[in-house]
Amino acid sequence: MRRAVIAFTAFLGGLIFLLASGPAMAWAEGEGLKGTIQNQGQPVNGVKISVADEGGAAVGDATTDARGAWEIPVPKAGTYKVTIDQATLPQGTSLRNKDRATLTVQVFEGQNRSVLFPLAASGGQGGTGAAPDTPSATQEFFTRFAQLAFDGLSLGLTIALGAVGLSLIFGTTGLTNFAHGELLTIGAFVAYIFNTTLGLHLLIAAPLAVVVCAALGYGQDRFFWGVLRKRKTGLVSMMIISIGLALFLRNLLLFIFGGEGVPYAQYVAQSGIQIGPIFTTPKNLVAMGIQIVVLVAVGLALIYTRLGKATRAVADNPALAESSGINVDRVVRLVWAVGTAVAALAGILLGTTQNLSYQMGLQILLLMFAGVTLGGLGTAFGALVGSLIVGLFVQVSTLWIPPEMKTVGALVVLILVLLVRPQGILGRRERIG
Amino acid sequence: MDWTLIFSRAIESGIGSEAVIYALAAIGLNVHFGYTGLLNFGQAAFLAVGGYSIAVTVATFGLPFFLGVAIGIALAVVLALLLGIPTLRLRADYLAIVTIAAAEIVRLVVRAVALEGTFGGTDGLQGFSDSFYAMNPYPDGQYNVGSIIGFDHRTMWVLTVGWILVALSCFVIYLLMKSPWGRVLKAIREDEDAVRSLGKNVFSYKMQSLVLGGVIGALAGFIFALSRSAVQPDLYSTDLTFYAYTVLILGGAARILGPVVGAAIFWALLILISTFLEEAVNAGVINVITVTQVGPIRLMLVGFGLMLLLIFRPQGIFGDKREIALDAR
Repeated sequence: MRRAVIAFTAFLGGLIFLLASGPAMAWAEGEGLKGTIQNQGQPVNGVKISVADEGGAAVGDATTDARGAWEIPVPKAGTYKVTIDQATLPQGTSLRNKDRATLTVQVFEGQNRSVLFPLAASGGQGGTGAAPDTPSATQEFFTRFAQLAFDGLSLGLTIALGAVGLSLIFGTTGLTNFAHGELLTIGAFVAYIFNTTLGLHLLIAAPLAVVVCAALGYGQDRFFWGVLRKRKTGLVSMMIISIGLALFLRNLLLFIFGGEGVPYAQYVAQSGIQIGPIFTTPKNLVAMGIQIVVLVAVGLALIYTRLGKATRAVADNPALAESSGINVDRVVRLVWAVGTAVAALAGILLGTTQNLSYQMGLQILLLMFAGVTLGGLGTAFGALVGSLIVGLFVQVSTLWIPPEMKTVGALVVLILVLLVRPQGILGRRERIG
Repeated sequence: MDWTLIFSRAIESGIGSEAVIYALAAIGLNVHFGYTGLLNFGQAAFLAVGGYSIAVTVATFGLPFFLGVAIGIALAVVLALLLGIPTLRLRADYLAIVTIAAAEIVRLVVRAVALEGTFGGTDGLQGFSDSFYAMNPYPDGQYNVGSIIGFDHRTMWVLTVGWILVALSCFVIYLLMKSPWGRVLKAIREDEDAVRSLGKNVFSYKMQSLVLGGVIGALAGFIFALSRSAVQPDLYSTDLTFYAYTVLILGGAARILGPVVGAAIFWALLILISTFLEEAVNAGVINVITVTQVGPIRLMLVGFGLMLLLIFRPQGIFGDKREIALDAR
């Protein structure tokens, strides 16, 4: 056991070393106001923001850069009025709350305060003049529905990539891995190091990061979880250990990269394209393509390859699988490697649409759990179906509920599903009790 | 480096309001996890319900303080019932996932802009604790205990009420766990089917356990809100629950005083380390990190400590190893 702990510590040490070679963080000095203007996850360039003090005297102004970021230093702590110049917003977008173009905010001592101006797509596309006849309410509803369904599909695919690993690990080892969200985050940040510190193009950095993360996943089982299983650590203990690990890894990333979001060097701002009623970006389409290909590949491998069959056998009944000659440990390690690699890919793809943050994995961990539970704990295909439904539900529900509450809706549905069909969509009854 | 400051802060935290809050939260968890074997990962929701009940009753609706306390306890019972009904018949990890989801639901609802008028959005609510502090018997001033630690009169009042609640909760748990009712709970933890075969209604016992622990969690929420005179949604994140788990496991699950000792040691140690690091950075003794990086280090240590505890000493300081060899499958 001692050896295993030393090995694990060395593994963590190596991880720290790998991550620590990242950029040195610059910590902001003095007070200021800052923010990022985004439209549907895309940074908006060239928007004018101005700041005035309480008396109305101008303090400074700024224009958002290619990342949509702006920053205005203020002389001292106090109350300031931040105004966004609505005329400089790109055509087709507007403030979600038009009457909230000026916000009054309090800046405390030494604080670099973020100010948020949420944008929304405004009615007409392109926005050139008034449309000759305003589209009927139903038409507008279906346009929005299509857009949200598309966004939901995109989110669902990301969740699915994470959830497949989560579900397979649960199926083969019984571990509910609360540190799975951090596997996404680590994947995204490993790619970030390759991308910015080593200067590789994201197209090269991403596959490299996926390979590194597969090795990390393999190592994690070989030197940590596998050892704990050998020690006959209870599953509940392991679940709480995974929480400790998640807390550790998340704050390690915060320690190294700081709390500010960082983008990749490539594919940050891309002009959108209009396909029928749907507005999207080429990178988003490519990401969805990759996600679908990977998910189909994982699915086919599970059904047709020897190792895939062995994995399903172990998930079904580890003892029986072992007695029929399957090397269970080997299968579990493979599952960890593949699960981590796929999660890393999900993290990287997520990182192309939003800034990388140490919390990005945690933010979708619960949605992954919702997807896995909805589909049926321990079934890979259930996780896939469940995740897609959760993703669609989260986005489409914003037609009726405020966007900030969309996660709430998904989690409430999760609880309701457990009431009527606790085994999930594809699960079987005997697993639950 | 100011060693007096480091040690006085550490000792103050070990007996201060953080220790009280986490002791109460962990006593609640102890009923769930230690005695009944229920994996409640949403204790933060019970604290939030407690804290926000007082805040909303007094600050938003201008109703009396004690009505807020009553509403808080009632809502904690309702929340426990809502969590228990779908999950208590299922395997342990379902409860874990549902409770963690419920805690996030509560947090996201109270921080929502749409409900800002009631819950105060991300800024939370203030100005509800006046009637609590009006009952303060301590005259204004600084109260020093020994030569290096001291609290002001407001903190003294919070601590007095808080430690009385801790003592009362411990006493109630002691009596309950000695009773036949407590033995059934422990039996459920060991073997649910055996208890069922003896004709006990396992679901009902688990539900009672969930309600009891949840109400104690709401008490922790009262003290949390009153000690800061404010409630803020992001203070009730899942990290709070995991801190409480660390406290519980450190002290020893399924032991009456485990959570109390755990909370005192946890906070004293945590503040000792982080104040030491801050002081060392400020004095230039350590110059590889900045002061802002001390926060993440502190949380990393909690995570690492939780892992080490469960691997090497899952029974904590006082616990019995045989009592927590839980297995979900």
